[in-house]
Amino acid sequence: MASALINVPARAKRGEIIEIKTLISHPMETGYRRTQLGALVPRDIIRLFVCTYNGTEIFRAELHPAIAANPFIVFSTVATESGTLAFNWTGDRGFSETESVAITVD
Amino acid sequence: MSRNTSRREFLLTAGGAAAGIGLASVIAVEPARATPATMQEAIRKVVGPARINPGRVKLELPPLVENGNTVPLTVSVESPMTAADHVKALHLFNEKNPQPDVASFRFGPRAGRASVSTRIRLADTQTVVAVCELSDGSFWSASVNVVVTLAACLEDA
Amino acid sequence: MSRETRAMQDDDTANPGMLWALEGESLWNRKTGEAGRACAECHADARVSMKGVAARHPAFDAARGRPITLEQRVNLCRVDRQKAPPLAYESRELLALTAYLARQSRGLPIDVASDERTQPFLDAGRATFYRRQGQLSLACTQCHDDNWGRRLAGNVVPQAHPTGYPLYRLEWQSLGSLQRRLRNCLIGIRAEPYEYGAAELVDLELFLMWRARGMTFEAPAVRP
Repeated sequence: MASALINVPARAKRGEIIEIKTLISHPMETGYRRTQLGALVPRDIIRLFVCTYNGTEIFRAELHPAIAANPFIVFSTVATESGTLAFNWTGDRGFSETESVAITVD
Repeated sequence: MSRNTSRREFLLTAGGAAAGIGLASVIAVEPARATPATMQEAIRKVVGPARINPGRVKLELPPLVENGNTVPLTVSVESPMTAADHVKALHLFNEKNPQPDVASFRFGPRAGRASVSTRIRLADTQTVVAVCELSDGSFWSASVNVVVTLAACLEDA
Repeated sequence: MSRETRAMQDDDTANPGMLWALEGESLWNRKTGEAGRACAECHADARVSMKGVAARHPAFDAARGRPITLEQRVNLCRVDRQKAPPLAYESRELLALTAYLARQSRGLPIDVASDERTQPFLDAGRATFYRRQGQLSLACTQCHDDNWGRRLAGNVVPQAHPTGYPLYRLEWQSLGSLQRRLRNCLIGIRAEPYEYGAAELVDLELFLMWRARGMTFEAPAVRP
């Protein structure tokens, strides 16, 4: 599947609170499931999600196996200036994914 | 089984044995679960010794969940989110999943709103707890009890 | 389905099925096979050319003399036109392509053909729907016609109208096809599930879509 679906308004007014929706494909394997033969399926989850706005961190989420597969996280930030919102997901087995979205602030 | 065992008894026993084996294998496979006590420990580990006051946090979860694999959740706190007065973090815990931690979200005054929506997994009917940490060092919490039913026909993995 | 599940489905920015549909879009535009051809080269913009296609499948294929599913149609194109190997059933790529194609029919009424060509296959699918199967000796109709709306274990029994396939099933935590769901049901009644692509499943799929005729197609849907 496409790695990530990010929804950010392309334009916002200075000072406006904008909602950011993120959806990333990842099985979030809990480490508690077993195969039919009884073998444990090892844990494989996204552990950390960080959002930066023109380089400054504005939001962080630490995730555990109780977060559902294909993690969906919606949060807000204040539109302060035009620039780039960067999203970074890291996790088990060296998982690392970064996406960027441009935003214009009037 | 003695020769005198009636056919009906035999079928019941066989069915019982099969059901017993089925149940036993399911139970053997079940991982250790969190309990309300381990959830409190997990909360303490994150919060420290500070007092946790009930209130201020709004935790929204459907009371009856269609499938425990994906439960939509929104947690929020009414806060001006200024440098002087804002929510620093929101933590989520549960009491019956294999682990009591669910997630921790960290904010600053740039958040605008102290609100997060996500989707979580719930293994059984249980209580979900949200704890918020404010910039003045105080902690507040809310809890919701959620009924989780299991799917009727499971696909073999 | 619950209000929350419906909300997840209706928001393209929150619907996990859209992750597959977006990948399908990039696969649509990617050159593949020995012919080095992308779907887009023959079919141009899927939003236009593929509108309504998923809502009409399974559709009769004259060359094969029988109805085929959307998955089979995609693979026929791959093999015949792109000179590429067929994609495995339930593979990520096939799900992505069918999710993308199905998305183009969203909002349209389901409209599979019921004519002299498809009649024998509709009848075969109907016979399967009414036939008791498996160790539990249950026929689809017993749950989905006689007992829909009631609860089986924790879940509400649906009427079994496949209006949203391929769909993201919370139980699977993944997107899957109607045939995967049908196989689940067969496993549930302790029957040997038909193989993916088997005539029994295609005929049943045709019957189920005919049974749902006129209903609004809503793929990629979200279901518990």
